[in-house]
Amino acid sequence: MRVARVMTTDTSLDTDTSPDAAASVDPTVGTEPARTGEFTTLDALESEAIHIFREVAGEFERPVILFSGGKDSTLLLHLALKAFWPAPLPFSLLHVDTGHNLPEIIEFRDEIVERHNLRLHVAKVEDYLDDGRLTERPDGIRNPLQTIPLLDGITENRFDAVFGGARRDEERARAKERIFSLRNAFGQWDPKRQRPELWNLYNGRHAPGEHVRVFPLSNWTELDVWRYIAREQVLLAPLYYAHEREVYERDGMWMTSGPWGGPREGETVETRMVRYRTVGDGSTTGAVLSDATTNEAVLAEVAASRLTERGATRGDDRVSEAAMEDRKREGYF
Amino acid sequence: MPSPTPVQSFQPTAVQAAPDLLRIATAGSVDDGKSTLVGRLLYDTKSVLADQIDAVTKASVDRGMDTPDLSLLVDGLRAEREQGITIDVAYRYFATPTRSFVLADTPGHVQYTRNTVSGASTAQLVILLVDARNGVVAQTRRHAAVMALLGVPRLVLAVNKIDLVDDPAQVFAQISSEFNDITRSLGYSPDQVQEIPVSALRGDNVAIKSELTPYYDGPTLIEHLEAVPNEPDVTDVGLRFPVQYVIRPRTSEYPDYRGYAGLIAAGRVSVGDEVVVQPSGVRTRIAKIDTADGELESAHTGRSITLLLEDDLDVSRGDLIASVADAPEPSQEFTATVCWLAEKALRPGARLLLKHGAKTTQVIIGSLDTLFDEQELALIDAPETVELNQIGRISLMTAEPIAADDYQVDRESGSFLLIDPQGGNTLGAGLIGDALAPLHLPDPASA
Repeated sequence: MRVARVMTTDTSLDTDTSPDAAASVDPTVGTEPARTGEFTTLDALESEAIHIFREVAGEFERPVILFSGGKDSTLLLHLALKAFWPAPLPFSLLHVDTGHNLPEIIEFRDEIVERHNLRLHVAKVEDYLDDGRLTERPDGIRNPLQTIPLLDGITENRFDAVFGGARRDEERARAKERIFSLRNAFGQWDPKRQRPELWNLYNGRHAPGEHVRVFPLSNWTELDVWRYIAREQVLLAPLYYAHEREVYERDGMWMTSGPWGGPREGETVETRMVRYRTVGDGSTTGAVLSDATTNEAVLAEVAASRLTERGATRGDDRVSEAAMEDRKREGYF
Repeated sequence: MPSPTPVQSFQPTAVQAAPDLLRIATAGSVDDGKSTLVGRLLYDTKSVLADQIDAVTKASVDRGMDTPDLSLLVDGLRAEREQGITIDVAYRYFATPTRSFVLADTPGHVQYTRNTVSGASTAQLVILLVDARNGVVAQTRRHAAVMALLGVPRLVLAVNKIDLVDDPAQVFAQISSEFNDITRSLGYSPDQVQEIPVSALRGDNVAIKSELTPYYDGPTLIEHLEAVPNEPDVTDVGLRFPVQYVIRPRTSEYPDYRGYAGLIAAGRVSVGDEVVVQPSGVRTRIAKIDTADGELESAHTGRSITLLLEDDLDVSRGDLIASVADAPEPSQEFTATVCWLAEKALRPGARLLLKHGAKTTQVIIGSLDTLFDEQELALIDAPETVELNQIGRISLMTAEPIAADDYQVDRESGSFLLIDPQGGNTLGAGLIGDALAPLHLPDPASA
């Protein structure tokens, strides 16, 4: 991930964005002129996100950023580092590890933490499975099991504000989500009891035991995210770029074998050029065929895409029309 | 099952001129077809992707419909789908090659006025919807009044279901004229208001010029949304910079760095400008405008920046850095207009919290002066309470001095929240000054 790269009005983009490109650029004031000119959608969204991060830093005691190593949380971290530059990040990170992550994601997560000298808390679903506090679901999907470790992690560390990378355009139930979303001690979200949000005034007051979920990327679309990643040359985990992988096809998605299982009867493993559009529980998240190896190439694919990222690659939202709404009520994101 | 009327497609390309952002909102009655219009905007701008269309098509078939119900693209919550209404502000996103839109889709029911207020508070343009068969109704007048109150700079009246009336030209002219009378009485000039005859269901005049409306030679809805000016809706107000956070790295590389971080609420700032810090009133100059991407010579409304000052002053979160020429004077006593958002009514003497910019302070409500009767578009003197969804003019006293502008001068610098000190809920939306004055309402009728 690169932070604080001086941008010019020149919109031509570096081609050096492959995952193994040189990693970090020191955030120092460069000799190039800073951005001027028109105030674009991306500028407006960036300023809004930075404003939200700073507001939380001013109002809360112990904020934390949910960081999985995935695309949206990497972008979240990039913006947070920009919001407080040149000071160190005043937040720690929390990862709820399902145990079903692709190893590259965990490697990338740890690399980022080390590079920026951050503090990472990990809550492991497997610890809960080991001692019986949770039991594996018949279908083996672990995303729904994240809720309790997440809430315990929030309670144990007394986090009062929890940043997430959710966007309102991802799913219809999220379209109703506030930027500051109050949760009770059970992490529950009640769509009928949300606080009105007006102008750019955010109300972060909460009682002890409650916390506020904060979504700085609320107003971004998937296309905005990729445009910004390309503009800023944010470096994502290598899974997001095309690479050769041993995969098998299921429900139109290209799946990877792992601790969550492998090909079933009639599914054959083959080597394909793929990239991941989202990274979640390996049992339900698949890759798409792609030869896009740079941010620009991915952006071009996304712009031309006719499928939303969740629809294309996340099996767990397909369960019912109201699946996401139910999960949010339970305290899941 | 046939697909909805096909349209010319916008082909977004990855590399194109950077679009700007317009914040809009919708308001209208439940049955006027608002969800269908919003669904149509998403569909016709190719902002809905294949799997969402598939899901909607499938759900429509399950319900025995013969064409996809575009309103299903936007009615998200289970309770809404069961009742077929929209119960909360939902945010939608669509884009054309030149502009991105954030759309606050607000419910039309009377009991959800608070949502209309929330959605409209950030809108640069609001689309009001009427059913051509019903024309302008009380709801339309109410919504227009709320928009005027909140200082929404532009209105669009979408006259929907125009294909269902017998004499569309005459109906459209009649509705337009009626709406113009209302908006003029609320202080809008004709160039701020646009009426468009549409059929959300069929797509007429949303993205595609309709052949059914030869009597109308104006823009389609999308053309109009792309064409309206997108300057931040400020008057000639100088710099307003609420300090959100003090950046002090205390690292070996930046041992003495002290930057004041925030988002420019109004005006612009340049290196070398003389500024005043409120409430202390101390003057200094801008030494540097910093961002993580490097220094800026100047910056304007809407940008998150960090200011470094020439003098070593005691500035903290909640202070305001403002232009010397027109800085608001700190005060502890205000007249304000408040939209009440809570079940529990507002009474004189209430002790609450007030949040203005980055400052939160205690506040005592003084008198309740007038109540805005939005049904009658009239004022009522000296109400005993201000109830949920009501709007009233009040006086209040803050524990600490606040440097605020009149809301009519600047929306960002003139707005505040009233918060419950116990539960922390947002109780009211406040507008500094007499925001009801420009609505040209008749004199108070004693209740």
